[in-house]
Parts: sequence; C-alpha cells; structure tokens
Amino acid sequence: MIPEIGQFSLVLALCLALVQATLPLAGAATGRADWMALARPAAAGQFVFIVVAFATLEYAFLNDDFSVLFVAQHSNSALPGFYKFTAAWGGHEGSMLFWITVLAIWTLAVAAGSRSQPEEFASRVLGVLGIVSAGIIAFALFTSNPFIRLAPTPADGNDLNPLLQDPGMIIHPPTLYVGYVGMAVPFAFAVAALLTGRLDKNWAKWTRPWTVAAWIFLTCGITLGSWWSYYELGWGGWWFWDPVENSSFMPWLLATALLHSLAVTERRGIFKSWTVLLAIAAFSLSLLGTFLTRSGVLVSVHAFAADPTRGLFILGLLAAYSGGPLLLYAFRARSLEAEGGFKLVSREAFLLGNNILLVIAAVTVLFGTLAPLIVDALGYGKISVGPPYFDAMFLLPMLPLAVLLGAGMHSIWRTMSGASLLQRLVWPAGVAAALGVTLPLIVYGHASLLTSVASVIGLWVCAASLLDPLRKWVLREGAPLTRAQIGMCLAHFGVGVFILGATYVSTYTVETEVSARPGEHFQVGGYDFLLRGVKPVETANYTGEEGEFEVRKNGRLVTVLASQQRVYKVQQTPTTEAAIDSRIGRDVFVALSKPVGDNAWAARIQVKPLIRFLWLGPLLMALGGIFTVLDRRYRLAMRASTVPSRSAAATGSP
Amino acid sequence: MTPRRQRMVLIGLVLVGVSVAVTFALRAFQENLTYSFTPTEVAEGHTPGRSFRLGGLVLDGSLKREPGSLTVHFLVSDLANEVPVQYTGVLPDLFKEGKGVVVRGRLGANGEFRGEEVIAKHDENYEPPEVTDALAKAKQRAAAQ
Repeated sequence: MIPEIGQFSLVLALCLALVQATLPLAGAATGRADWMALARPAAAGQFVFIVVAFATLEYAFLNDDFSVLFVAQHSNSALPGFYKFTAAWGGHEGSMLFWITVLAIWTLAVAAGSRSQPEEFASRVLGVLGIVSAGIIAFALFTSNPFIRLAPTPADGNDLNPLLQDPGMIIHPPTLYVGYVGMAVPFAFAVAALLTGRLDKNWAKWTRPWTVAAWIFLTCGITLGSWWSYYELGWGGWWFWDPVENSSFMPWLLATALLHSLAVTERRGIFKSWTVLLAIAAFSLSLLGTFLTRSGVLVSVHAFAADPTRGLFILGLLAAYSGGPLLLYAFRARSLEAEGGFKLVSREAFLLGNNILLVIAAVTVLFGTLAPLIVDALGYGKISVGPPYFDAMFLLPMLPLAVLLGAGMHSIWRTMSGASLLQRLVWPAGVAAALGVTLPLIVYGHASLLTSVASVIGLWVCAASLLDPLRKWVLREGAPLTRAQIGMCLAHFGVGVFILGATYVSTYTVETEVSARPGEHFQVGGYDFLLRGVKPVETANYTGEEGEFEVRKNGRLVTVLASQQRVYKVQQTPTTEAAIDSRIGRDVFVALSKPVGDNAWAARIQVKPLIRFLWLGPLLMALGGIFTVLDRRYRLAMRASTVPSRSAAATGSP
Repeated sequence: MTPRRQRMVLIGLVLVGVSVAVTFALRAFQENLTYSFTPTEVAEGHTPGRSFRLGGLVLDGSLKREPGSLTVHFLVSDLANEVPVQYTGVLPDLFKEGKGVVVRGRLGANGEFRGEEVIAKHDENYEPPEVTDALAKAKQRAAAQ
C-alpha cells in the first residue's frame, strides 16, 4: 500500500509540474496575472508530493519491504539501519527520485526568494524549472520507476554494493546532486531572460547568488567524492579522470566560468551573451553527465543502469533542454547589447581570460571523455584515453589561469595602467618565486621544472589572495573589505592551496607494493613500517582479516595502523579498507590486500605529502562562496522591494 | 575599447586559445590512446608494438603465484584462444579466476603479455565491455567456421 502512495504522489507531482511548466509561461506571455500567480502554489504542491514520494521509498527501505523491486535489489535485512536509509539513492531509480527531490527543493527556494522580482520574470523562471522537473519526473515514471513491485516477494534483499556501505554515502552523493541539479536555476534564469528579452545588471544580481550557491555544493560534492574514493577504494588515488568524475567536473568548470562572467555582467552590463550561453551549457553538461552515468554507455562504479531506453529518453531531454534555449538565443541575441566597453588591462579582460581558459579546459575534458564512445560508435574498436592526456590537457590552461588570477584580483574595472598593476604585484610575485623554487629543494632535495613552476604559481596565488586582507587587517589601510571581497580572497587562496597540494602530492608521493610477512620491516618515505601480525575479524555484515602495521620515524613510534581485507557476506564481495594516519603535512597510508602464500600478504604502503591541501583548498573555495552569497548587496536585492530596479541601482556599487 | 574592437580582440583570443588547445589536445590524445584487443586477435598477431589493453576471462585454474612474491602468471581467454600474462603487483579486489579482467601492458618477446596495470572493476556482476566484446567476437567466429 505504502509504495503505491509514493507512486501516486509522483504522478500528482508530474501533473503539478505540467501546470507549473505551462500556465505561468503562458500568463507571462499574455499578461494574465491569474495564470502567473499559479507558479508558486504549483511549485509548493509539487514539492509536497515529491517529498511524500521520497519518504515512502525511505519507509520501504527502513521496513525491509522487499516486495519493492528497487529495495530488494539494493538492501538486505542485515544491512545496518543507517545504510538502509542511504541505500535509497544507492541505485539508479532511487537516485533519479533523489534528483527530482533536489530540484523540488531548489524550485521551492527560488519561489520563496524571487518575491522581490517582477512577477512576469519570476513566473517565467518557475515555468522553466517546471519544464525541467516535468521531463525528469516523466523519465523516472516511464523508464526508472523505483516503486515497481516484485512478485513473489523474496525472503531477503540482494544487499547494497559494499563500496557504498560507508559513512561518506550520506554526504557525498546528496551534496553533489544538490550542486549538479542546482545548475538548473541559473539555466532557468537565463532562459527567462531570453523570453523576456531583457537581460540587465539586475538580472545578473538576481542570478549570481543562486549560481554561487549551486557552485558551493558542486565544489563540496566533488571534493568529498575525491576524499571518499581516496580512502574507500583502497589504493590511495584521489582523482582518476573517470568519466563519472568528469561528468561532475565539467559542469563545475563551466559554473566557475559562469560565476565570474556573471560578476562582469552584474557590474558592467557586458558579457551578456557569454553569460547566457554558459548558463545553458553548464546545465546541459549536468544533463549530459546524467546521460553518461545513467545510460550505461560508460563503465564505472557509478554506472548502475544498462538500459538503452533510458539513455534515449535522457538524450531527448538533453536535446530539448539545450536546443530549445539555443534556438531562443538565436532569435534574441540582438537584445543582449553590451552596455559599455573595456580596455586591455582591466578586470573585465582578466575575467575574459578566466572564462576562455576554463571553457577550453571543459572542452578538452569533454573530448577525452566522449572520444572512446564516439570511436566505439563509429566501429573503430574499443579505445581508452589515459589519465596522462587529462593531466596534460588540464594543466595547460590551468597554469596560465592561475597566473592571471593573481593579477586579475588586483586589477580594476574598465581600465588601469599596466605599470600600477605591476607595482602592486612585485612583492607577492617575488616572495612566491623565491619560496616556490627553494622550498621543495630544501625539503626534498630535488624538483623538476614543472614542480618548481607549479609550486611558484601556487604560492603566487596564495600571496596575491592575502595581499588585500593583510593590508586591511594588519596595516590597517584602505576601505573595509566587503563580504564579497573576503569571499573572493578566501576562494582564491583555496585555489593556491589546492595547486600546492596537487603539485606536492603528484611529485613527492612515495608508494610501494610489498609482500609482507609478520615481523617484516619496510622503509618507505623516511618511515619504518613493521607488519605486527594479521588476525581475523567478523561483524554482522562482513568477515575478514586485519593487518596491524607499526609506523616509526627515527625509532619513535608514530602510529599503529590496522587495515582490513573484508568479504561482505551477502554479495561475497571482497573490499580493502585502507588505514590512514593524517597530519596536515602528510598522510601515511597502508592497505592490506590478499595473502600471497608462504605466510606473506600483499600490501600497499604510501607516504603522501600535503595531500590534505587537495581537499582543504576546495573547502576554502566553498567557504569563499558562502561569504559571497552573504554579501549585503544580494541580501538587499533579495529583500522585498516594489521597485526592484531603483533599489538595486542604489546598492549597485559597494 | 569600442564594442567592435573588443569583439575582435575576443574572437582573436578565442581563436588562438582554441587552436593551441586543439594542437596540444590531439598530440596528448594520440600519445595516450590505448586500443583494446581480444586474445584471438593477439594470437593472430594483430597487435601493435606499443602498450595495449587485453580483455577476457581469467581462465579457471590458470592462476599461478610465485610463493611469497607479488608476481603472478595467469591465462586470459576468450574461450577460443588464450594469452599468458605476467603481472607483478597488488591485484584488484575483484580479480578472480573465471571472471572478466582487463590488463594493460605489452607483448613480450617470449609471447607472454607483461601487464603494467590490471584494471579494477567495482562491481561483481559487471563485465568489462572489452570482455563482453572479446567473448562475442570469439563466438561469432566459432559460428562462422
């Protein structure tokens, strides 16, 4: 009975989504206020029914209702309650329902946050979100229904994929989805602006906080994914250029470009076409990511489904959701006149550079991700594109981008003299160059050219980001920093921290694979590892063996690491649980693998310097984003005002 | 800068950026492209001198380990032909006899394939496309003969 309520709620939600997708848009086009007024109630009603649908699925999981096919496939009565709850998004059907739920939350937030905007505009935004929602709900209902029953009811379920039985599961997929799906909001704002034919500074001011908010979640989601795979997959990698990672990373690159381009549109009324196209492209790539991961054309952890009708359905949605707005853009491009110009040395020019480089990075990642599919589809055999391609192609635009970033932060709008910019940047550049070259040589005794260059660039970004806060808070000079400025400095400092982390981890990681007998010592990266012994372990849902390693440095005990080799009972899947000792400066990583005979065990031992910086950097970026969203001018723009254009103009220049 | 000149600069920058990126991308792409081959194709000698990916099943009973070391020998099969493989290192969790495997490496002079990487698959039920492909091709040939 309960699952049918969920199914029924989802159908009702689809009906309301169709109302939201049609009447408010028609009302805005014909000026009928009563139709436009339907947008918010329809969005709220849709939200309620979707939450009911999601709650019934959770109910089915928590009560072990194996008569529901999706529950039977992804849960088991012996599964801990916590994982029963998270298993709801541990498979294809449930994750699509989760997608829908997240979109409903964003739509509700937009409905509440857009009251100060003209009714006509807000109805269009909500109408476009309704179209998106209707398409995805239809996809779930017709191709991936999580409420389908199974007869006869099996005695027990097939269990959750052991790799997903991890606390990271509660936080990583939801965060990523909130970010991913959140790209629908700037998309809806862009399409609404094209429909209205009016795209001005106010539009950018309304759109930017939503874009930054979605970007914050996307940033955190990707970071959590990287951290999760590092400690869960058991071999110490932190980024694989896996097609699924790429499909969340490409929208991130475009979202990052978009929020910088929006800054220009907001302050100067230019880059309008570019901003609109980026908003459309970022959402299209989110959908493409859904297509890649859901259609089964790719192969990885995340590819739950292998069903061509699903792929075709999403491909159809993708064509409609990117083709339609592009067509609209073709008709309306002329209304997006620039409101001014700029000189070659100006903040606009730097941000233009930022945008071009980020788009190039996104395109090369896209190319590398799709090439194997295209080659395969054309019948030229199966190929794969190795990580070195992505590494090289990513560094190529990113290093110049980081160099520009440091200078761009200190440039001013419209025009400035190159000499005054150089004068400001002499100190941070000098410090970064000196430290960046000498530090790795002093600590590690060797450095390649690329390592030195990247380490100088990382420090350069950090130093440039600290310049304004130091001047204000230490020397007590200049005007107070706005939250947006603090946010910018924090986020860019995070970029620098990330670059340093990535550089040092890639260059100075020491890793080895050994066959270890109890009592045997290994010297790795300046540490002494002793395998004390291996003992059996058993819990409710797995059995296995635990290897205990004593880690010493210069004879002093640093830590004892216990890594496990587990076999999960239901699916009989072996997994490796790595043991990691983390300090801010380095991680010591040990992973016990299988016995190799002769009383020996295969094991991985790694020492990874500064790996925490890889995740600390993006978290700082996200924190910077939070500061930006909290800036006074967005709060004022959000607050109810009957004449939005005038109030926005009054707060336009901090 | 007038909007017109600005647009010209923009277009110029985009063109330069794109052409540099395309050049590098194609070079990096070519260098890092790995083709996949089936055991039958290897047996017939259709393989390049450079490294490639070999997909198939780990033949039941073929896994031999040098005791106490990380070196293993096994046969990768598409049920028509077999290729002996040597690999030194920690094997992925889901590596098992009778299951699908993809090995990246080079063909040695003695006909043994020297694995540089054994590709881990994350799901027990999932069969790598290379393996499906290899088995399907071998079956087709058997049917044709």
